[in-house]
Amino acid sequence: MKLIFEKGNTNRGLTLMPECDVPVVNVSAGFERKRELNLPHVSETEISRHYTELTKRTFGVNNGFYPLGSCTMKYNPKINDEIARLPGFSDVHPLQPEHTVQGCLEVYYLADKYLSKITGMDHMDFQPAAGAHGEFTGLKLIWAYHMDRNDTKRDKIIVPDSAHGTNPASAAMAGFTVINVPSTEEGFVDTDALREVVGEDTAGFMLTNPNTIGLFEENILEITSIIHEAGGLNYYDGANLNAIMGVARPGDMGFDVVHLNLHKTFSTPHGGGGPGSGPVGCKEFLAKYLPTPRIVCRDNIYTFEDKSEKSIGRVKDFYGNFLVVVRALTYIMTLGREGLKDASENAVLNANYMMHNLKDTFTIPFGKGRCMHEFVISLEKLKKDKSVSALDFAKTLLDYDIHPPTMYFPLIVHEALMVEPTETETKETLDRAIEIFKEVHNKAYEEPELLHASPTTKPIGRPDEVMAARNPILRANT
Amino acid sequence: MGTYVPNTKEEQHRMLKAIGLNSMDELFDVIPDEVKLNGPLDIPKGMSEMEVSMKMREIADKNKVFKSVFRGCGAYRHYIPAIVKQVVSKEEFITAYTPYQAEISQGILQSIFEFQTMICELTGMQVSNASVYDGATAAAEAVIMSKERKRKKALISASVNPMIIETIGTYITGTDMDMDIIPVKDGLTDLESLKDMLDEDTACVLIQQPNFYGLLEDGDGIGGILSGSDIKYIMSCNPISLGVLKAPAEYGVDIAVGEGQPLGIGLSFGGPYLGFMATTDKLMRRLPGRIVGETKDSQGRRAFVLTLQAREQHIRREKASSNICSNQALCAMTAAVYLAAVGRNGLKQVASLSMSKAHYLAERLCEIEGFDMVYKGEFFNEFVTTAGTDVDKLLGTLEEHGILGGYPLNDKHILWCATELNTKNEIDAMIEILKMEVN
Repeated sequence: MKLIFEKGNTNRGLTLMPECDVPVVNVSAGFERKRELNLPHVSETEISRHYTELTKRTFGVNNGFYPLGSCTMKYNPKINDEIARLPGFSDVHPLQPEHTVQGCLEVYYLADKYLSKITGMDHMDFQPAAGAHGEFTGLKLIWAYHMDRNDTKRDKIIVPDSAHGTNPASAAMAGFTVINVPSTEEGFVDTDALREVVGEDTAGFMLTNPNTIGLFEENILEITSIIHEAGGLNYYDGANLNAIMGVARPGDMGFDVVHLNLHKTFSTPHGGGGPGSGPVGCKEFLAKYLPTPRIVCRDNIYTFEDKSEKSIGRVKDFYGNFLVVVRALTYIMTLGREGLKDASENAVLNANYMMHNLKDTFTIPFGKGRCMHEFVISLEKLKKDKSVSALDFAKTLLDYDIHPPTMYFPLIVHEALMVEPTETETKETLDRAIEIFKEVHNKAYEEPELLHASPTTKPIGRPDEVMAARNPILRANT
Repeated sequence: MGTYVPNTKEEQHRMLKAIGLNSMDELFDVIPDEVKLNGPLDIPKGMSEMEVSMKMREIADKNKVFKSVFRGCGAYRHYIPAIVKQVVSKEEFITAYTPYQAEISQGILQSIFEFQTMICELTGMQVSNASVYDGATAAAEAVIMSKERKRKKALISASVNPMIIETIGTYITGTDMDMDIIPVKDGLTDLESLKDMLDEDTACVLIQQPNFYGLLEDGDGIGGILSGSDIKYIMSCNPISLGVLKAPAEYGVDIAVGEGQPLGIGLSFGGPYLGFMATTDKLMRRLPGRIVGETKDSQGRRAFVLTLQAREQHIRREKASSNICSNQALCAMTAAVYLAAVGRNGLKQVASLSMSKAHYLAERLCEIEGFDMVYKGEFFNEFVTTAGTDVDKLLGTLEEHGILGGYPLNDKHILWCATELNTKNEIDAMIEILKMEVN
């Protein structure tokens, strides 16, 4: 397909701007742009058709089943988008006087209140723009806490070997050294190994629960107390909160800091890679370190509270990805206390239903026949028997119009496919997916070369990634 | 309660039976009782879509939408072409995930590749990434990117937006980097001080163009001071201004960053916005975040993929160049559609209109007693004036007329902004209101 730069013709364009109604002022020579500026020169028709063509080469949740483990690709309700587009939210300047933005502040206030209750935290801050940004912010709180107590030796963050890549990356970015701890054969945190690595240099421990293989860490209270006894703090990665809303709360498991992904659990769309929102929650004793400004409510009037002397400071412009928070709040208000629990129950039910129906065909190395909201398949045997990899399997699913599960994660499972169906899929969709998974598995044994050659029905076949990295072409010729 | 679970209770029951369970509770029997919640969550009951819609509209109505805006300060109200809103409302773009599966994500990948190209064009730089969270985090990432083994200090001009400076401070606290602030003179980065502050520990110099006060910095002068050194020159810029102002590359900049919000993205009470980052080929592999590259598929067809992933967290974990994972993809697409819609001439026109209106506004404001320009330097579409009378009262009066006046920097100074949306009539009407108020 052509690039937008390869369409149109010089002097084509839209008529968007009026004549200037004041004297025209030009930039003085020293500041004037001399360099050519080659932007597309296209008509509105061409723009409209160009992007419509691009939608045909894009796969959204509206296009089909998206069981992408750890990403919680649930349906994105349209009311949330409609509300976010209201001018009362979308056309408000961030630096308007407080009394003219009471509605915006109320959104943040309510979202803080509800998400604190859902996670068992005392406060929630919305500056972080995505999950990884939330991790960074949460780890800064841990850093500030230790520094404030003059406990300056604590420079290690412990991370299980099954953790998301962002966990160690965020810890390093926040200035910590990362210690990896192995998992047990059953896929849980190895408490003996954990005991061995904790000490006076432990700043904190990061964990997602249910963990990344879809199992609830049964020894969670023991794990969090090992860290607390060593003087460290416990950090909850909210990637998998969709399994336990209304059932259990990180705050009751011994976690001191959490981040959530509103674009996973709280149904806000992913936008092809963002914007997300990664609010950070914490217990009261850490509140003074949260980013500022904070929003407080007195006598039904909302105000910004500016400086906490101990705050870690801002982590971004203004206050956060506001319109994403508007969407999440709309969702929480729609579902309410029963609806959130119902969502988690059905997320777990759908995952168990799929796993149950696949377990005789596929190797599911962990969980003894049960899982939470997601489960991990290992195709190691298929790889050994027929040289068909998890990648080949995933690419074949594309031809069946299923978005493949997450591949090669967590790292502790070989040839991993991580399946998370979410609660918003019908039984028919799950049944059909189960059938397709089995069909592809059969095909892999009968005609493995077909899987190596897949996909064949998409706009492109497999791209040459090595060539892309060796000889990077990162922009068009204009 | 509202719900998006499609399966009926009866279907749910059948599925439970199929896996050998009798109730939903049994799904969670692996969770120890000590951590299970006793009773329902302490949040309100759910609502129907209609009730939620009414409730949220009620909340939105508590905000005031100003018909005239003369405030910028990091967030700018420009005209957003109808085609932009239409394109980025397409459900496929809104609901797609990060384009890891290239074969079914060519639409998103190509749109990012086009965005990268446009950012390179605007800034004159060679390589752009797929976006970061906003202008402040873009600047912070650029500072981190500039670090060398022996160069760990960032010099940041005091004329950079204070929110950006604060964000950089948060990012580098607790790491092996630190920062110093370059003082300003007459609202501009003081080049003499800058020269004195440079040493062998200096990793980068960051300035904003136009700066926080709207003034045009001596980008060439700073480029001259830094040229030939190993110190990275970082410039944070307003992308609209680049329709008429020198591109960062023309100043010899190493890393250009900025807030992309003015490119078709609404004010939205501060977010989501768009951070952009562009750099030289030499620094390409240090860029944080996603980058899309062009390649070919198995049959030789043009294809786009996420590339140079060896920099990223999912591969490098604690050794990654940044932890960034989700970025602002849909906002990047918004900016790309905006730039395609306005084109070169349109962008020039928006920049020129904004600049001309701001100068007209400045001239008219200075007719009022007690209003004077605080700085003498050349400005783009923002500038600072004194206010002859009580600033809060003045802005309060404007508010009663549906006008969001300039941003009060303190109790004497106001930072004003104009864009193409501010008509001459609107400006004249405001001047009359201010004149009445001062008298």
